[in-house]
Amino acid sequence: MDYFAQQLINGLVLGSIYGLIAIGYTMVYGIVGMINFAHGDIFMIGGFIALISFLILVSFGLTAVPVILLIVLLVSMAITALYGWTVERIAYRPLRHSFRLAPMLSAIGMSFVLSNFSQVAQGARVKPVPPIITGGYTLHHSADGFVVRLSNVQIVVVLTTIVLLAIFTWLVARTRLGRDMRACEQDQTMAALLGVDVDRTISMTFVIGAALAAVAGMMYLLYYGQVDFFMGFVAGIKAFTAAVLGGIGSLPGAMLGGLAIGLIETFWSAYFSVEYKDVAAFSILIVVLIFMPTGLLGRPEVEKV
Amino acid sequence: MGRVSTSATDHSPPHAGFAFILKKALLSAFVALVLFSLMIGIRTEAGPTGQLTYWTRFDELAITVAIVFVGSIVIELVRRWLGPSGASELVPARVQNGLAASGRYVAPALLIFTLLVPVIFYRQRYILDLGVLVLTYVMLGWGLNVVVGLAGLLDLGYVAFYAVGAYSYALFATTFGLSFWICLPIAGILASLWGVMLGFPVLRLRGDYLAIVTLAFGEIIRLVIVNWQSLTGGPNGISSIPRPTLFGIPLTPGPNGFAAKLGIAFDPTHRLVFLFYIILAMALITNWVTIRLRGLPIGRAWEALREDEVACRALGINTTTTKLTAFATGALFGGFAGAFFATRQGFISPESFTFQESALVLAIVVLGGMGSQLGVALAALAMIGGFELFRGLEQYRMLVFGMAMVLLMIWRPRGLIGHRAPTVYLKQAHAISSDLVKEGHG
Repeated sequence: MDYFAQQLINGLVLGSIYGLIAIGYTMVYGIVGMINFAHGDIFMIGGFIALISFLILVSFGLTAVPVILLIVLLVSMAITALYGWTVERIAYRPLRHSFRLAPMLSAIGMSFVLSNFSQVAQGARVKPVPPIITGGYTLHHSADGFVVRLSNVQIVVVLTTIVLLAIFTWLVARTRLGRDMRACEQDQTMAALLGVDVDRTISMTFVIGAALAAVAGMMYLLYYGQVDFFMGFVAGIKAFTAAVLGGIGSLPGAMLGGLAIGLIETFWSAYFSVEYKDVAAFSILIVVLIFMPTGLLGRPEVEKV
Repeated sequence: MGRVSTSATDHSPPHAGFAFILKKALLSAFVALVLFSLMIGIRTEAGPTGQLTYWTRFDELAITVAIVFVGSIVIELVRRWLGPSGASELVPARVQNGLAASGRYVAPALLIFTLLVPVIFYRQRYILDLGVLVLTYVMLGWGLNVVVGLAGLLDLGYVAFYAVGAYSYALFATTFGLSFWICLPIAGILASLWGVMLGFPVLRLRGDYLAIVTLAFGEIIRLVIVNWQSLTGGPNGISSIPRPTLFGIPLTPGPNGFAAKLGIAFDPTHRLVFLFYIILAMALITNWVTIRLRGLPIGRAWEALREDEVACRALGINTTTTKLTAFATGALFGGFAGAFFATRQGFISPESFTFQESALVLAIVVLGGMGSQLGVALAALAMIGGFELFRGLEQYRMLVFGMAMVLLMIWRPRGLIGHRAPTVYLKQAHAISSDLVKEGHG
């Protein structure tokens, strides 16, 4: 039971990270109708920028951990958001009226560009960081000596996710931008006729998605203590799985799917085999798409002639 | 999707002057400065004790930003010079027609040249080796072309079948001692079975979803190969895979070897030439089968499926068998190519079957114009040749590859050789320019 509780905690933390990435996939799919294949690599870039800014702040002699974290978070979100904007501007916007497979192929190319850019710029080796947030709480001592722990990092990850989700939900539900986004999702032509700047709204969608991916990247850095140039690929596919599982296009669904994938992966590793955890995640993707392509909270796609 | 002209902002107003260009370039340079400030300006590396250190590289940052600034001006000037219609009129219609006419002679000329390559370049092992590699990718490209180009099903996991073929041959040959020629059909059939296995569940999926599922499938196969150590040797791979024989005669230096039987001096190039002709024959068979299939009802059903799936079903075409045969045929050729790869290398490991490989083959098919046999062959030559040019810059290779893919999609989404002649026509065949070919939603 204690082992189970520990895995539950770990799974929820991992799921928060996947959920943050999955929101980017689901938002872009909702509005532009394409899979932003490079999104996983945006997450990786976010992790790298968090790492570098953290390193600089520490070498400047800053010691107050909350201040460091806040600055790193903001810097990482800002710069990664610009990456998202640039990717959309260069690789997707010119293709908006091209044939169906073009944006997908362009996105694959962009994914290669981003991951290999960071390999060239920062080297291929794994970058470790010492634990930034230490300590934690012991929740329960079981008789056989197993200890259920909730570390401070895990608390920070989950709290940050909740706060950001609250801001994000408010943004989509209450602001002008959110209304524009929902309008574009339903009917771009009509939205444009009613005075919505479609280009700008799509750009902002990418910017917000990238900012959330940057948060996920930073949380990944805090939680695992390392980043590498290749981490975006697998994390990206898993987050996409999460988005599909939750029902693509649905924002709460993405978070729900993220948590589900995080839990499934953690429990699979804990009870079956660590080696096959990625196989499990990919198999879920296939099974979900075959048996319930609309996901948990998605709307069925109408087939038009 | 919005049909209101939202792309108007892409083209600057023609009357805007130099100030506009300068402003745009400055903006681009500023964006580049922010983007690259940390990623290029700072270099991190783990020290010997595991402690992370960093140093600054502001000179490289400045150079990159300057390149973006100048590049932005150049692109804007070129765009203005070409006019608002973009690059599509870069090649005048007359020249395009001329190219189309001469296209009839390109294929035979290329074939004759390829046949003569081992004779011309007998002394240059490097070129022969490269030729074998290019032909392997030509074959893979033609195989994937059946799935992507003809049937319009975007397959991002094609490398899985390549891997299945390679591992089946390697395992059968090393465990049971079977020869290459017996294993070749087995490898193809096994890969083809896997193709059907993948095909069955994804029958209902379309477009992007299909692409992602095939990608996941390819990754699953690779991960299983990595982790199933007792069978596949895991990351260490399988080594000492037997080489192909010529009617049972090995191409080795011993007394039973090919050279000894003929009474000529042994030369390791013999085997290379032999491999060259094997893969050439296999690729040509792939091509021939594909061309023949295109004329059969099933091939026509593939092309119809690519153009419009709903109309296909309305016309009573069985989309299930159509899709399955496309997957199976593509996988069959992938399996053959995989078996050849294993016997050529003599060693295989999961390293060779990553997603990058799938993307490379897909890029070849797309560059070749999706559906054009000659286009795919030329694209494979350009792609692999281009890769060889960047051999010295190993780590920049994939970076350039990715950029090329993005630029290709923007500039010529239909591939460089954008011509797709219809297989079925009324009275007279009109070659369709690729710009006019509408893509279905398959």
